[in-house]
Amino acid sequence: MAEYIATIGLEIHAHIKTASKMFDGCAAAYAGAEPNTFVSVVSLGLPGSLPVVNQRAVELAARSGLALNCTVNERSVFSRKSYPYPDLPKGYQISQYDEPLCSDGWVEIRTAAGEVRRIGIERLHIEEDTGRLVHAADDSSLIDYNRSGVPLMEIVSRPDLRTPEEARLYFEKIRQLLVWIDVNSGNLEDGALRCDANVSVRPAGQERYGAKVEVKNINSFRFVERAVAYEIQRQIRVLDGGGVVEQETRGWDELRGETVGQRTKEFAHDYRYFPEPDIPPLVLSAAWIAERRAELPELPDARRARFEAVYGLSAQDADLLTSERPIADYYEAAVAAAQAVGGSAKDVANWVLNEGFRLLKERGESAAQLAERMPPAHVATLIELVARGSINRGVARQLFEESFNSGAEPGRLVAERGLTQISDSDALVAVAREVIAANPKVVAEYRGGKVTAIQFLVGQMMRATRGQANPQVARALLEAELGSL
Amino acid sequence: MTERYPTTVAAASAALAAGELSSAELTEAYLSRIEAVEPTVRAFLTITAERALERARRADATRRADSSPLHGVPLAIKDVICTNGVPTTCGSAILEGFVPPYDATVVERLEAAGAVSLGKLNCDEFAMGSSTETSAYHITRNPWDPERVPGGSSGGSAAVVAAGMAPASLGTDTGGSIRQPAALCGVSGLKPTYGRVSRYGLVAFGSSLDQIGPFAWTAADLALILGVIAGHDPRDGTSAPIPVPDYRAALTGEIRGLRVGVPREYFVEGMEPGVEAATREAIAALKDLGADVVEVSLPHTKYALPTYYIIAPAEASANLARYDGVRYGPREPGETMWDEIELTRGRRFGAEVRRRIMLGTYALSAGYYDAYYKRAQQVRTLIKRDFEEAFAQVDVLATPTSPTVAFKIGQKLDDPLAMYLTDVCTLPINLAGMPSLVVPCGFSEGLPVGLQLIGRPFAEETLLRTGDAYQRATDWHTRRPAL
Repeated sequence: MAEYIATIGLEIHAHIKTASKMFDGCAAAYAGAEPNTFVSVVSLGLPGSLPVVNQRAVELAARSGLALNCTVNERSVFSRKSYPYPDLPKGYQISQYDEPLCSDGWVEIRTAAGEVRRIGIERLHIEEDTGRLVHAADDSSLIDYNRSGVPLMEIVSRPDLRTPEEARLYFEKIRQLLVWIDVNSGNLEDGALRCDANVSVRPAGQERYGAKVEVKNINSFRFVERAVAYEIQRQIRVLDGGGVVEQETRGWDELRGETVGQRTKEFAHDYRYFPEPDIPPLVLSAAWIAERRAELPELPDARRARFEAVYGLSAQDADLLTSERPIADYYEAAVAAAQAVGGSAKDVANWVLNEGFRLLKERGESAAQLAERMPPAHVATLIELVARGSINRGVARQLFEESFNSGAEPGRLVAERGLTQISDSDALVAVAREVIAANPKVVAEYRGGKVTAIQFLVGQMMRATRGQANPQVARALLEAELGSL
Repeated sequence: MTERYPTTVAAASAALAAGELSSAELTEAYLSRIEAVEPTVRAFLTITAERALERARRADATRRADSSPLHGVPLAIKDVICTNGVPTTCGSAILEGFVPPYDATVVERLEAAGAVSLGKLNCDEFAMGSSTETSAYHITRNPWDPERVPGGSSGGSAAVVAAGMAPASLGTDTGGSIRQPAALCGVSGLKPTYGRVSRYGLVAFGSSLDQIGPFAWTAADLALILGVIAGHDPRDGTSAPIPVPDYRAALTGEIRGLRVGVPREYFVEGMEPGVEAATREAIAALKDLGADVVEVSLPHTKYALPTYYIIAPAEASANLARYDGVRYGPREPGETMWDEIELTRGRRFGAEVRRRIMLGTYALSAGYYDAYYKRAQQVRTLIKRDFEEAFAQVDVLATPTSPTVAFKIGQKLDDPLAMYLTDVCTLPINLAGMPSLVVPCGFSEGLPVGLQLIGRPFAEETLLRTGDAYQRATDWHTRRPAL
């Protein structure tokens, strides 16, 4: 069997989070609405209607381009892309063609093997979404135009991806960035983010790319990996069998886990692009673009690097803490609060990553809810209480969970419940003696040279004090008592 | 004909303002006139008599000292302009029964000014034609000779004024569709600068060329209407954010020192001698009024027709893609969804519309785009530059409007090229986006001839001043057909 090289490029479609549609004031937040209730003269493409560019959508698309290291072009042009389909009410889609809003960008991805790869982005352009055809049980079709005219960006990668894993990582990276800069909801389930993959395969050593197959209808990270993997193997099977891979459009069938042929080259649409005469070329000044750049928040890669350098976090922890912007913001707010009371950034990282993430996961909640559940000041208080020796870590963990659940201030919980750590030897010595008296067998083992047996006795002391005993003091007392027996 | 009611907007406006008659009375008078001559002329597709009377009474009730000059004045609207609640068919069977749920911006502005719409006017299907014969509903006859066409595509809009059924109307002009019928019907018509009047609610034919404009007897009336309908519209991205001047104030009657250019390329081969004579006489009249007349050249004029017949159909092919019977309009039954769409489009578009959709689709197709559409856009730039260079020397260009007077019904219908050639003097102006005014300037073989004046972008004031000065010195605009 010959060796093959796969070449993969992704076209990602992302809704732009605006209040109104791309070309008129029609409200865009149609999710869950009755069909055809978020429509207007313009989004229905009624005779005589005209498109007017949504300036907010342009701002957000430009912001996206800048986040993807693209050049934002001072001049770009809207074009008509013609194809007949009933979900496209004008018979053409307003898109951008030879002069897109943004071009020539890149993002970096890190593979599981630790390799960092820079993936080129050819272009980012603005367009309008189509309506949706709903196929009814009686074989008829209904059309819902709620989605028609919703602002959309298409982000086209260069064919720099080599593996299904890289395709997934790239798609995830784009999602992370778009959500981070508040341009897209990141919801793949409702179609706010979707992707098509271009896949070709060629024998190792061959310069020329193999025939390109476009796989459409991919709506999850798992599916992009599976669809690309399936398609690579399918093409290799064709080539190994002496066949020719046909340039075509295939759809991903998630139920069968395979790609299915949809349209071959001969039946490809001629989109007959031409400049949209209803919309003058979009001209943006250098100053306007600079304003968009100034609005850009610190991006995840930069923030991760800073977390490592400034807070001394491991690459893995820094990565987790910058996966989403609310987490990173939360973390830094907690660090600031903790540092004010003598806590360390690493302590905060441990609390957030261990307790915070665990609790969020258990409750199936999003990162954005962490700050609400457990205000950064509460984390700082816990760290302070532990540092002062007021409570031990075990109690602190319990308090974290309680505070997370109820919103109660940890310091108040400590005071109310008398949970303050007992470090006073006089108060604990009686407990130590009771524990020794109640566990003759373990005491005997300890005396017989099994030094670790003392852990059990410390545990018994903690239990007897409802966790309040200072474990170091408890251990010292036990050793002293056992030695003095 | 002798009228017992004012036939111009200015006269109607003055009579209404003076309380000499009410808008209801005036509207009744026009509805009576419609009843009398519409069976001959057939300018209308929809007559909204009751609605008009109701609006007229409301206008009477709301009249104030500072009311718009159009307050209570009846007029009529070409059927390619959307009217909320009133059928808008574009003269096409594919939009039979279509009732828009919204008003075009121009309709909104006219209604806000208190104007009273009498109904919707016939035109060539989707404004594609020069004779109003491609309307799917009926032909409209020239009030000067019912055996002849009124011109097109805004034939209904020109005929309704010429026949005295309305003092003014709105039409649209993509390649001459206001100016050519104005000339052929002996009335005045203005195609404003591209971007001067909002296209929102105008059913698109050639989006980069279409412009709405008024018809009336006089340039002064056109000024009144333009003042109401012009101006920036945030719903039309191609409408210009340029303030609207007081067009009436521009009508000084004074054109001494005005530099008038006469482009030699517009006196084309095959032009009727009577047309050329009337045109040259009108130019001489401008000179008598103190204008400096010079000959100029617009060397790329001969490319305008082929350029236009690539760009306009290309845009139309996309603009008309939405008519598939799925969302509105009648639907031809068929086996599958695609069958229904094909049958609806195949049966309900007329021959000329289908021809232009095919032309445009071809010009935009992969492999042909560069040779046709892109090339045409390059030539369009050259044509525009011709005008810019001419306007470096002169203020206004004066030309014939149509090489011929109104032709016989049916004469050119089966010869598309002959029909296209009737617009040879008007198409270049749309390609360049310039404003252009046509005023009646005489007769040839008993039929009206129009003088075309072309101005710099947004220099409608200069055009209207020139046309008005000419009409103060001549009486062609007072001639009425013996209908």
